Amino acid sequence: MTEAPKSGGIGFAGAGAGIRSAARVFWTGFVLNFKILSVSPFMVMTAALWPLVYATLAFLMFRATHHAPSLLYAALGAAVMGIWSTTATSAGGAIQQQRWWGVLELLVAAPSRLILVLAPVTVAIAGIGVYSIASTLLWGRLLFGVPIHISHPALFAIAIPAAVLAIGMLGLVLASSLVLYRSASAFSQALEYPIWLITGMLIPLSLLPRWIDPVAWALAPTWGMRAVRRAAIGGDVGTPLLVCAALTVAYAGLSMLLLHHFERLARERATLSLT
Amino acid sequence: MAGGPVIEARDLKRVYKTTTGVIRRKPLEVEAVRGVSFAIERGELFGLLGPNGAGKTTTIKMLITLLLPTSGEARVLGLDVVSDAREVRKRIGYVFGGDRGLYERLSAYDNLRYFAELYGVSGKAQRLRIDEVLELVGLKGREQERVEGYSRGMRQRLHIARGILHDPEVVFLDEPTIGVDPVGARDLRQTISDLVSGGKTVLLTTHYMFEADALCDRIAVIAKGRIVGEGTPAELKERVGGGRVTEIEVFGVDAPTVGRLRGLEGVTAVTVEEQEQRQLLIVQSTGERELTAPLLAQLDGIEVGRVASREPTLEDAYISLVTAE
Repeated sequence: MTEAPKSGGIGFAGAGAGIRSAARVFWTGFVLNFKILSVSPFMVMTAALWPLVYATLAFLMFRATHHAPSLLYAALGAAVMGIWSTTATSAGGAIQQQRWWGVLELLVAAPSRLILVLAPVTVAIAGIGVYSIASTLLWGRLLFGVPIHISHPALFAIAIPAAVLAIGMLGLVLASSLVLYRSASAFSQALEYPIWLITGMLIPLSLLPRWIDPVAWALAPTWGMRAVRRAAIGGDVGTPLLVCAALTVAYAGLSMLLLHHFERLARERATLSLT
Repeated sequence: MAGGPVIEARDLKRVYKTTTGVIRRKPLEVEAVRGVSFAIERGELFGLLGPNGAGKTTTIKMLITLLLPTSGEARVLGLDVVSDAREVRKRIGYVFGGDRGLYERLSAYDNLRYFAELYGVSGKAQRLRIDEVLELVGLKGREQERVEGYSRGMRQRLHIARGILHDPEVVFLDEPTIGVDPVGARDLRQTISDLVSGGKTVLLTTHYMFEADALCDRIAVIAKGRIVGEGTPAELKERVGGGRVTEIEVFGVDAPTVGRLRGLEGVTAVTVEEQEQRQLLIVQSTGERELTAPLLAQLDGIEVGRVASREPTLEDAYISLVTAE
């Protein structure tokens, strides 16, 4: 029996380069998936226009308070709702689409860890949701006179990608079962509205029953949403940002375990090539 | 590096479990591969031939770590395909035929760039390697176009480029020329031949006998999940050697008549090729006795066209092995 060589023909030079290599795989995957999504006018238009409906409803509700900052509060909530809606409805579909394209098998057959292959897909989808922030703020400014004053612009610029990453990773946790099950996206779609409510995107958490708090705290988008709002309106941004980052890392760990488990089951049950 | 097989399968089995029915589901087990064993040496181009559903793709998918074997053992470059899956993946390339398996909305270059990253080929080495493989498969100059505008042949060449980006020692090609026009298929065969000349070990599955005959050093014929014959193309032909093949063009032959032909002494196999309104009967025989007259006697009352006798080809050997199962 032939003895295995130390490495493949090219690449995977050493363990020290592992983190750099992982970051490159993630970034390249993110850029290319973002490119694939951006060439679809339907996807971009949906991401930009869909949240305007939520925003309009929220503006009409919050206008009754005659309090200008609450309109910005509503605008940002509607924008992040748009990011989550795009992720909840499309992340599972995007992984399923890799299956239809016949690419999923090739991605699994590659030596990179599956999380580095699939996380860029869900994060890119959440990233497309960023269009909703621009469109919602513009809509609010032009039609409802929402004052666009950002208290901490630098922290706001950090809080937005942090919230996007958190939502993308939550999407990955939910979509990881798609590697094994072909119809699992129905589950993440069903979570679209509950997550709006529980994470405080639509209405403040203080209006919800107290027993919901632990669930809300375990969801990274809750803290991402809080960081975005506080960066814009004022308040402590550091704490929600750190909790959001910690939970995002925890989601990545959970996704890695789930993907490892589902990949093994998919190889056992031969579901990778099924459409 | 020690000698020995680069790819080795020992009594490899794979059972698919499924269910039938909607409300009252019944479990169903399908034995796709039933104890396949073979060994492929370094630098060999080994062909796996068999009809649809024979177990070729299932065997390949077990070897490239996409499917877990139900039992048996397989090693690639000395690594176990179950316990060392990630190490195996680093060292092999996989190419399959057909339209799928590419990002349609991306350019060929972006497709290759992404897979290069997945296989740890980065930076300057990545650019050089992408240029090299594009040159090798003849897509240089077309790499910035979106794949959705590519022809079937161009996609297939891009598949090969993707499969060898990381310069793997072993390449698995699963029906790489399927659906490609004759000129494109000839170019692809040249590319496959170049891979072997470059020192790679290749496992190829194909339906095209002339392709297997022209390319493969050795061939295993698989039918109903079992290997029914193995050897060089010449050795396989030798199995029906001494025999003869009689081709008879007929119009409207029926199943009972074909059955009677099969029952004739000296006849080893009869296949019927439908050719628009006529059929071509391919009768393989031991060659020990002249069969033209007895065959024509059985076809009494059926319009007969051209009758010819020839030496057996690899296709005849294949048909003989597969139909004997």
